[in-house]
Amino acid sequence: MSPVSPLLFLILVPIFSALLVMAGANPRFTAILGSALNVLFLLAVAFFYNPAQSGFQFVSSFPVVSQLGIGFTLGADGLSLVMLFLSVVVTLAAVCVARAPLENPRWFYASILLISAGVVGAFASVDVFFFYMFHELALIPTFLLIGIWGSGDRQAAAWKATVYLATGSFILLLGIIGLYLIQPEGSRSFDLRQILSSAQAGQIPDSPAVYLLLLIGFGILVSLFPFHTWAPQAYASAPAPASMLHAGVLKKFGLYGLIRLTVPILPESVQAFAPILLTLLACNILYVGYCTIAQRKLDLMLGYSSVMHMGYIFLGFVALNQVSLTGASLMLLSHGLTIALLFALCGEIRERVGTLDFSELGGIARATPKLGLAFGFAAMASVGLPGFVGFAGELLVFFGSFASGAPQMGFLNGKEVFGFNGYQIVTICAVWGIVISAIYMLRAYRRVFMGPLPDRWSRLSDLSGFPHAAIVLLIAVMLFFGFFPQILVNLVTPALLLP
Amino acid sequence: MIPPVALEICVVCLGIFLLMAESFSLKSHKVTIAHGAIFGLLCVLILSFFIEVNPTAMQDSGFYVVDGLSLFFKRFALLATILTLILAIDYLPIVQRLVPAERPEAGSGEFFILPVFTCAGLMWMASAADFIMIFCALELVTISLYIQVAYMRRSMASLEAGTKFLVLGALSTGFFVYGVTWLFGTVGETNLSLIQKNLSIVPVANHPAILFGLAMVLVAIGFKIAAAPFQFWVPDVYQGAPTPITAFLAVASKAAGFVILIRVLQPFYVLDSFQPKLISVLVILAALTLLFGNLAAIPQTNLKRLLGYSSIAHAGYLLVGLAAIGNAFAGRAVVFYLSGYFLMTFLAFLVMVPVTKATGGDDLSHFNGLARRAPGLALAMLIASASLAGVPFTVGFFGKFFIFEAAMNQGLYLLILIGVITVASGFYYYFKVIRAMYWQPVPEGAGAIAVSPLSKIAITACAVLILVLGFYPQLLIRLLP
Repeated sequence: MSPVSPLLFLILVPIFSALLVMAGANPRFTAILGSALNVLFLLAVAFFYNPAQSGFQFVSSFPVVSQLGIGFTLGADGLSLVMLFLSVVVTLAAVCVARAPLENPRWFYASILLISAGVVGAFASVDVFFFYMFHELALIPTFLLIGIWGSGDRQAAAWKATVYLATGSFILLLGIIGLYLIQPEGSRSFDLRQILSSAQAGQIPDSPAVYLLLLIGFGILVSLFPFHTWAPQAYASAPAPASMLHAGVLKKFGLYGLIRLTVPILPESVQAFAPILLTLLACNILYVGYCTIAQRKLDLMLGYSSVMHMGYIFLGFVALNQVSLTGASLMLLSHGLTIALLFALCGEIRERVGTLDFSELGGIARATPKLGLAFGFAAMASVGLPGFVGFAGELLVFFGSFASGAPQMGFLNGKEVFGFNGYQIVTICAVWGIVISAIYMLRAYRRVFMGPLPDRWSRLSDLSGFPHAAIVLLIAVMLFFGFFPQILVNLVTPALLLP
Repeated sequence: MIPPVALEICVVCLGIFLLMAESFSLKSHKVTIAHGAIFGLLCVLILSFFIEVNPTAMQDSGFYVVDGLSLFFKRFALLATILTLILAIDYLPIVQRLVPAERPEAGSGEFFILPVFTCAGLMWMASAADFIMIFCALELVTISLYIQVAYMRRSMASLEAGTKFLVLGALSTGFFVYGVTWLFGTVGETNLSLIQKNLSIVPVANHPAILFGLAMVLVAIGFKIAAAPFQFWVPDVYQGAPTPITAFLAVASKAAGFVILIRVLQPFYVLDSFQPKLISVLVILAALTLLFGNLAAIPQTNLKRLLGYSSIAHAGYLLVGLAAIGNAFAGRAVVFYLSGYFLMTFLAFLVMVPVTKATGGDDLSHFNGLARRAPGLALAMLIASASLAGVPFTVGFFGKFFIFEAAMNQGLYLLILIGVITVASGFYYYFKVIRAMYWQPVPEGAGAIAVSPLSKIAITACAVLILVLGFYPQLLIRLLP
């Protein structure tokens, strides 16, 4: 036993808030208070975090199944601190924009808080097993949130998402068991620190099968190209807070896991399978990108756009160098904030006008200027405009991935050659992806906010109260890190253990 | 100190005493009999912690073993019987409606007393180490269960279930005896430890005959644990039997079957020439059982039937664990899985009985809107379904994890591949229950659902244990043999 980690409180606060809500406390007030408390907790933890020290800090460990080396081990390094920050901020925003449903507001808030506890727990876990378990905590709340309070074809969406996620996570579980079994007998463990030190000592063979299991498992959770069909529908149908948490935070779990586990432990397999992954992620960017343009409803469009943007982060991951991985880590944060903001605004629009169909919308900005302005910010951030944190991330990913792989340009063996390797081709596709996202984002902005305002909407109320505060908070964080991305880079760099 | 056989003797005496009490006190309330039975079984459960460990006298005779496994399953059987009796108390009004008698009270006493005898049989089964002893214990269990399954004489479903169970049970008994005669004929012993000794000196020419006998025995045990292709009686019998008896069948009878399977396979497994064959048989059985149980459960609309298929599915996971028995942890994984299965299945049935009483049926549609009518029951059912499906932070997840860890360690990749399909379909059909409870609206004119205090305690205990063991399984692993 070691001293109790402060990170434990980060997990316990949402769980206790959920219990209080179920026991009869005022749901909205309790949820907001709990989430705000968690943000403060995290800022305090970040204040005491020592960036000069490498490895995990605030570690506490409690053996759970000692025969298999499973322990409830918490800890944080720079990367997980960034993800924890994303989790608590998005949770706060999500409970602020949540509108209590008429029926059973208790379950609604308790479900949101449980998802939040799950993501915080996942990012605070040093034990791979608990990392996995905490992610799954969101499964049932999501099923309930979409199924009870969703919109559109919610039942189909909830089933599809649940079955996909369950299958993906079982494959992931097999991958994690595989990761356990390829360790040398006697020092097998689920503790990430132990695994990493074995990997550095060269005791873990680079097993392609394990990598494939992890890639498919995480890939389904992150909606990698052929496994992405559950995501847009689920996000479109889910109530705004659920899609904010799911698309914004929960989905980052997969990429975080890939960066955490496969980069230091199975780097050769990552490189060996890079051509396949490059093809898939190019499909994510281009194919899903064009699908996004074709959408006629704002919620589905946002769902597809979030799938598309995963492609960039995958590119940063597969390029496997310092610059690209730093960019991918930055994009984890930036995309999480941006898509959460977009879904929050989407929920606000739905709340006011009752439809998200582009053909019916128009001119809303005249009645709700603040909402329009916020959406403008969010759209620009999503495209990757300088000044937002996404810009720094995308730029680093592109630089990193273009430099990756064998050079095909310049003088090779005394001969002048000019060509592109796979990484460079996909990078070019990805840059084209920015144009695609600019097209659909600007079009959505025009369709929803510009043009003549129908009379029936002339008295729409603008943003106010808690939702307003939440949206301002998200924009402020995005702008802050957009101007000072170096803070993030300094935090993340020591955590990226390159082979 | 108390000799270990005393436990079974106590249980049998308890049963006889209750029978006498029932016939001599005509006026008394039948539920007091059930309370007496529960109290008596609890006393035996406490006694089981004070018995003599390693009594050499009993071990020399060799037909009755007292080891960690048998003790664990004796307690398992006692607890299962206690929970069955709690269920039976709640279920009594339905039984009384369906049993013809001049007074409503008449004929319900045996409903509480028969499980006590079954319990004695189950406890013997846990200690049986000789084919004759196994046979006797098995028959005590099955014959008392025949009566219990067909107990509701006015319900066609119950009678049909009883007949099916009887015919197929008798068939499996035949297989068992036939297999044992072959084994006796070739090895010359019925005692398992002596069989193990003799196996190494039996000429190789006799091995096919031994394998044939063993196969017959496996068929019989396959019926008991509901492994495919011997599972076809399960859905009808589970649906038709009185709900408490369904739970009893699903948990206690299956667990006893697995104990016997472990014991019977052990002497043959040790021999190198048998081991690969046995493993491949187990792999095939596990694969078929997993696929059949899970895929056939998908379209079900009746919860009892669904749980019947789910019990086949879980038998499949347990067989995966047995196929991976070469791993040091696999044995404990199987026992852990059985204990988790005990908790979650009983929890599901404990919720089902009051709901059936209030809504008049056990279709999934009878659970519609349960979350609004009875949030506590719905939450308990949510926990049970999540655990049966294997959602993390429940005991069911750890059970699956341990089993598949062992299977991967042993390289049973076929079963793991099938596992991906079956786990996904498991999520689908268990979540159908959650959907009915949480998504669907409450039917018109639905009233509150009453739960007796005893069931409330049992429901709370099961639900809390599922969650606690889902976070800290070490509590249970420590107790495993």
